[in-house]
Amino acid sequence: MAESAVRMTGVVKRFPGVVANDGVNFEVMKGEVHALLGENGAGKSTLSNILTGLYRPDEGTIELDGSTVSFGSPRSALDAGIGMVHQHFRLVEPFTVAENVILGNPETPFVIDTGSTVERVAELAKRYDMAVDPNAKIWQLSVGEQQRVEILKVLYRGARVLILDEPTAVLTPIEAEALFKTLRAMTAEGRTVIFISHKLDEVMSVSDRITVLRSGRTVGTVATKDTSTRELAGMMVGRSVEFSRAVRRNPGVSSDVVLSLTDVNCNDDRGRQALHGVNVTVGRGEIVGVAGVAGNGQRELAEVIAGMRSSTGGRIAIEDKPVLNGRARAAIAGGVAHVPEDRLHTGLAAGHSVEDNMALKNYRTPLLSRFGLLKRNIITTQADDLVMKYDVKTPDTGTPVRLLSGGNVQKVLLAREFSTNPKVLVAASPTRGLDVGAIETVRERLVEAADNGVGILLISEDLEEIMSLADRIVVMYEGRLVADMPATGATREQLGLLMGGATLEASR
Amino acid sequence: MNSNLFIVIAASAIFYGTPLFFAALGGVFTERSGVLNLGVEGMMLIGGVTAAWSSLHVGGSAWFTVLVALCVAMLAGSILASLHAFLCVTLKANQTVAGLSITIFAGAVGLSSYFANIWKVAEDPVTRQVRKLDVLGLADTPILGPLFFNHTILTYLSWAMCAVASWYLFRTKIGLQLRAVGESPQTADAMGINVVKYRYIHTMLGGALAGLGGAFYSLAIVPTWVDGMTKGAGWIAIALVIFGFWRPGLTLLGAYLFGALQSLGTVLKSRSFDIPGDVLDALPFVMTIVVLVLVSTRFAHKRIGAPAALGVPYEREER
Repeated sequence: MAESAVRMTGVVKRFPGVVANDGVNFEVMKGEVHALLGENGAGKSTLSNILTGLYRPDEGTIELDGSTVSFGSPRSALDAGIGMVHQHFRLVEPFTVAENVILGNPETPFVIDTGSTVERVAELAKRYDMAVDPNAKIWQLSVGEQQRVEILKVLYRGARVLILDEPTAVLTPIEAEALFKTLRAMTAEGRTVIFISHKLDEVMSVSDRITVLRSGRTVGTVATKDTSTRELAGMMVGRSVEFSRAVRRNPGVSSDVVLSLTDVNCNDDRGRQALHGVNVTVGRGEIVGVAGVAGNGQRELAEVIAGMRSSTGGRIAIEDKPVLNGRARAAIAGGVAHVPEDRLHTGLAAGHSVEDNMALKNYRTPLLSRFGLLKRNIITTQADDLVMKYDVKTPDTGTPVRLLSGGNVQKVLLAREFSTNPKVLVAASPTRGLDVGAIETVRERLVEAADNGVGILLISEDLEEIMSLADRIVVMYEGRLVADMPATGATREQLGLLMGGATLEASR
Repeated sequence: MNSNLFIVIAASAIFYGTPLFFAALGGVFTERSGVLNLGVEGMMLIGGVTAAWSSLHVGGSAWFTVLVALCVAMLAGSILASLHAFLCVTLKANQTVAGLSITIFAGAVGLSSYFANIWKVAEDPVTRQVRKLDVLGLADTPILGPLFFNHTILTYLSWAMCAVASWYLFRTKIGLQLRAVGESPQTADAMGINVVKYRYIHTMLGGALAGLGGAFYSLAIVPTWVDGMTKGAGWIAIALVIFGFWRPGLTLLGAYLFGALQSLGTVLKSRSFDIPGDVLDALPFVMTIVVLVLVSTRFAHKRIGAPAALGVPYEREER
């Protein structure tokens, strides 16, 4: 059979507090498109960063064409013939396509011959069927064209192994088709493609073989023709973990709506549409779980509801009263509480004290200030109460929150958000990165709030969390809600398929 | 008479603009690599004082002495700049603060004055100076003579440097990679370019040119050592980098414009125009403020091509 192009054996990479790769075995043959499949945080990016020389593995060996190699820098990996096409492009915007392609290439002569460079780049682009003008400046190009430049860069360097990190995440379906054609042209010449993705149907259509990672370990490698999306979804999310549903005193009622979104659209930071006509309702005391792989519009959804991002269409209402678009203060006044994903930077002022952070939402009220002057003693009293009530472990309320542990940071944030008696809480990955005890506490607080009538939109990548807390589950995929179902009927496999882009019918 | 006055001002604009151009060209290199250097004033003064000392103490022929003095000034400037690079690139300090502290450390009431004191360079005028030349005996030609044939060797050197710098930045591989480091160090790093090395080298090159500019003050303009003699020329040079859109040619034009403003005071006073000297002396700085206000809007910055990573320490993405 085919020869091995890359073989990684027993690769371990630890970061402070987390083992990103825990003994990964991964082998890719010459001339194949090999998909690396896994959820976010499964260790795909770490593995590819090790292969391209950005990280050094703590343990394990890498073999290239049968001989052991060790890369000290991205350059040595490039020189050995391994090129990476990053998800976030590494391009110099004011430079032309040709200038980007020759950048850092040791074979470029000291005095640049623009004419012949442009010619060679154009020739290379033509050979692999990539439409791009070598004289265009990067900032003039579409995202799809920029990706072609990235691919040209590594091909120009003579890469024999190309790693593409979630290449279709930024592409339109037509651009994605063109990319697949280019990949086929490259493997036909004996080059090897490693295709990182979490989209099942895409992996099925483009790859020859698939390796699945989960929690930093290799689950297995299968030939694409011998597997199915269902099997892959099972491998991706795992089914070993058993979990119990949270005990609810007052299960939510979806008829009494506190938050409703109707056909909401919005753009991401780069101006691309991130939400496509999202419709969702949250009832009083109801927990609605939003499942999905990160980057499918969850962040934008949370921000649009919290008023941190303007919607470009549709209607957001709290108890049927529309909320002013893109105004965080209006959202707060309307009764929205928000626990953002990046709790220490978006949620709190990291350098400020616990008591100041706890006052950040109601300092404007007559309770805490008069004539623009803060009532410091009442702010301190409020903080003392909340610290007690939420069991925040802090030396005193004057301690900057950045000095607290992750769990206590989250408690400060929850305490502040709940202290304003919200009607709706949007919580994004509220337990991510916390230890087991803190996870318990946070989940208890969420359930308690729901029992007291707060409608909660729980955005999480952690299926276990969603299935154990939510009354109803919706799934987000590419900015759309692709499913809306009661939590009791949902299975892990079904959710896994939906998160990977399968339709609701196919997932049954 | 009027055209004569114009020629006089133009010729002295070139004279006064020369040290500004050296320092600003250094700033172009430094900022193109993504490092903001607010220590230019300090580096110029260090260059000035070491050049004055060398001119007084190095023996040999006059030409040799001046050459050594210029080299010493460049060396002194680049040593100070290497400190700046160490702070900004290696220690990833705030570049504004680092630059300001270097200017304060080396500036008018700092190290340069201390050296001047212990070396006693201010007591005698510098005898071995950078003098104006009579090129091909054409210095007395009307109009063209004062404009092109009656400058110091350093002015002719600056013209050559301007051309070489443009070629280096925009036609060579190293120049391309330098600009990539200043625009997107992440990209440069991923393409195997040594970001730290490029930033060190070009910060030190910038310091050397600032030192050379300082030497022009103590060897040609004044020509002796006076504490704080550059009188803010370093700050004008920093504004010039922006004014010249980070391009050597435009920077040269800008330097002569500011040189004209500086010379205006001297020329007009000598012809007994009745304008208070302080007003004339303030002109270049008023102009500096105007330029900086005009170009410091975010929009302008993007349009005129400020290196995108200017002032931002580079750190590899790690978790």
